[in-house]
Amino acid sequence: MNSIRYFLIIFSFISFPLISFASGDKNPEKEFNVSEMIMHHVKDAHEWHLWGGELNGVSIYLPVILYDNEVKVFSSENFYHGEHIVAADHKTHQPISYLKGKGEATGYGMFHEKIYKLEKNQLNFEDGHVHGNIQPIDLSITKNVTSLFIGAIIILILILSMARFYKSNGAVAPKGIAKFIEPLVVVIRDDIAKENIGHGKHHKYVPYLLTIFFFIWFNNLLGLIPIFPGGANLTGNITITFFLALCTLILTLFSSNKNYWKHIFATPGVPVALMPIMIPIEIVGIFTKPFALTIRLFANITGGHIIILALISIIFINKNIAWGALSVPMALFISCLEMLVAVLQAYLFALLSALFIGAAVEEAHH
Amino acid sequence: MIYGSIAAIGAGLAVVGAGIGIGQIGGKAVEGIARNPEASGKITTTMIIAAALVEGIALFGVVIGMLGAAK
Amino acid sequence: MDLVTPDLGLLFWTGLVFCLLLFVLTKFAWKPILKMVNEREQKISEALDLAEKTKAEMQAMQSENEALLKEARAQRDSMLKDAKNVSDKMIEEAKEKAKSEAQKIVNSAKDSINSEKLQAMNELKTHVAGLSLEIAEKIIRTELSTDDKQKALAEKMADDINMN
Repeated sequence: MNSIRYFLIIFSFISFPLISFASGDKNPEKEFNVSEMIMHHVKDAHEWHLWGGELNGVSIYLPVILYDNEVKVFSSENFYHGEHIVAADHKTHQPISYLKGKGEATGYGMFHEKIYKLEKNQLNFEDGHVHGNIQPIDLSITKNVTSLFIGAIIILILILSMARFYKSNGAVAPKGIAKFIEPLVVVIRDDIAKENIGHGKHHKYVPYLLTIFFFIWFNNLLGLIPIFPGGANLTGNITITFFLALCTLILTLFSSNKNYWKHIFATPGVPVALMPIMIPIEIVGIFTKPFALTIRLFANITGGHIIILALISIIFINKNIAWGALSVPMALFISCLEMLVAVLQAYLFALLSALFIGAAVEEAHH
Repeated sequence: MIYGSIAAIGAGLAVVGAGIGIGQIGGKAVEGIARNPEASGKITTTMIIAAALVEGIALFGVVIGMLGAAK
Repeated sequence: MDLVTPDLGLLFWTGLVFCLLLFVLTKFAWKPILKMVNEREQKISEALDLAEKTKAEMQAMQSENEALLKEARAQRDSMLKDAKNVSDKMIEEAKEKAKSEAQKIVNSAKDSINSEKLQAMNELKTHVAGLSLEIAEKIIRTELSTDDKQKALAEKMADDINMN
C-alpha cells in the first residue's frame, strides 16, 4: 500500500512537466521543438517559468542587474513583455527573433538570455550570433542564482540546526536531522579526507570537503524536483562546476609542498632526456584534473536532465498521450537513477578533490 | 539536422567506450572482492575512482556531442 | 556554445554564495559538529576500553578466585590429611601408651607379685624357721628330757669332736 502511494507521489511529480508542456503545445502555430525546449530548460534564464505558454504562461520575473557605467536594477518582465523583434541575419539572411526591452530596459535587447546594448536601436546578427553589440556586465539574479540562494538556505537551515542540536545536547547520540547528516560527516571525514589526504593533515580540509559535498548533493537533488523551488539546472551549469573545480585547484596549489612541485619539474626516476616532454605534460596535468571535475559534474547532471526531458518529450513528439505509458515509467526510472547519481557525483567531487589535495600535501617517501 | 545525427553517433561511440571500460572495472572489482572479501571497502573506493576517470573521458565525448546537437 | 561558456554574473554570485556558505558552515557548523563527533567517538572508545579493562579485570578476578578456591581446597585437603595423620598418630600413641601402660601395670603387678611372693616366701621362711626352731626345741627337749639322753648326746658330741 505504501509503495503504491510513493509511486503515485513520484508519478505526479514526474508528470508535472508534462502538464506545463501540454499547455505550451496549445499554441498551434508553433511546432514543438524538442531540442529547443530541452536547451531552454538546461540553460540559465532571467525568469522562472512556472507553467503555461511562452507568452501567456505564468512566470516569476527575476531582477536584472546590469553594470553599464552605472548599476541598473529592473524586472526582467521589461524584456519578456517587451517587443518581439524578428531581424534578418546579415550573412545567412535567416530570420532571427530577439527581445527588445521596454520601460527601464529601454536600450537593451535580449537574445538567448544574453543582454546586449542596442546599436542604432537594434541587434545585429551574423551567422546566428550577435555581432557588434556591446554586452554590459550582467549580474542579474537569474534562475540559477535564485536556485543557488534556495539551495544555500536549505543547507544552512539543515546543517545549522544540526550544529544547534550538538550545542544544546552535548556529545550525545544524534537524533533527528543530526542522525541523518552525522554518518555522512563521518564518511567524508574518514573515508574521503583521512584516507586520501592522511598524515594527520586532513583536519583543515574536512570543512571544505563537507561543504562541497553537501552543496553539490543538495543542489543536485533540488534540480531533480520539476516544480518551482527546484528544477533549475544549477549543478549542471558549467559556471558552477567550473567555480567549484577552481576552488579545488586553488586549494591544491596553495597547500602544495616542495615534494609536489618536485614531482612536476623533476619527476623521480625519469631520465633527463625525457624532461622536455614530461614537464609540459605534468603542468598540463595540473589543470586537466580540475577540468575533468568541471566536465564530469556538468555533463552528468545536464545529461540526466536532458534524458528525463527527452523521455517526457516522446509524448509531445508523437502527440499521443498513450506514449506516456512508455515514457513516464522510463522517466521515473531515470529519475531514481539520477537520485543515485546526485549523491554519487557529490561524493566523487569530494573524493577527487581530496585525492588532488592529498597528492599536493604528500611527503616524499622514497 | 546532420550536425545532430553526427553528434548522436559521437555520443554513442563515447558511451560504448565508457561502457567497456566501466564494465571491465566493475567486473574486476567483483572478482577482487570475491577473492578477498575483507578488502571490499578499499576495492570499492578504488573502483569508483577508476570508473570516474573513465567516465570523465567519456563525458568529454558526450559534451562535444551535445555541442553538436545544440548547434 | 554558450552551454559550455562560464557566465560572469553567475560566476560572481556562485563565488559569493559558496564562499559565504563555506565560511558560515565552517565557523558555526562543521567545527562544532566535528568537535562533538570526535568527542563522542573518544567517549565511546574510552567506554569500550573501560569495558574491556573491566572484563579483563573480572576475568583476572575470576581466575584469582579460582586459584583461591583451589588453594583453599588444597589447604582443606592437606588439613584433613594432617588431621587424619594427627588422629592416626594420636590413636597410635594412645594405643602405644595404653600398651605400655598395660605393660607397666603388668610389670608392676609382676613386680608386686614377685615382691609379695618374696615377702611371702620370706615370711614363710621365717615361719618355717620358727617352726623349725620350735620343732627343734621340742625335739631337743624330748631328747634332753632324760639324763641318759643328755649323756648320750654329750657322748655323741664328744665323739664328733674327737673324730675331728
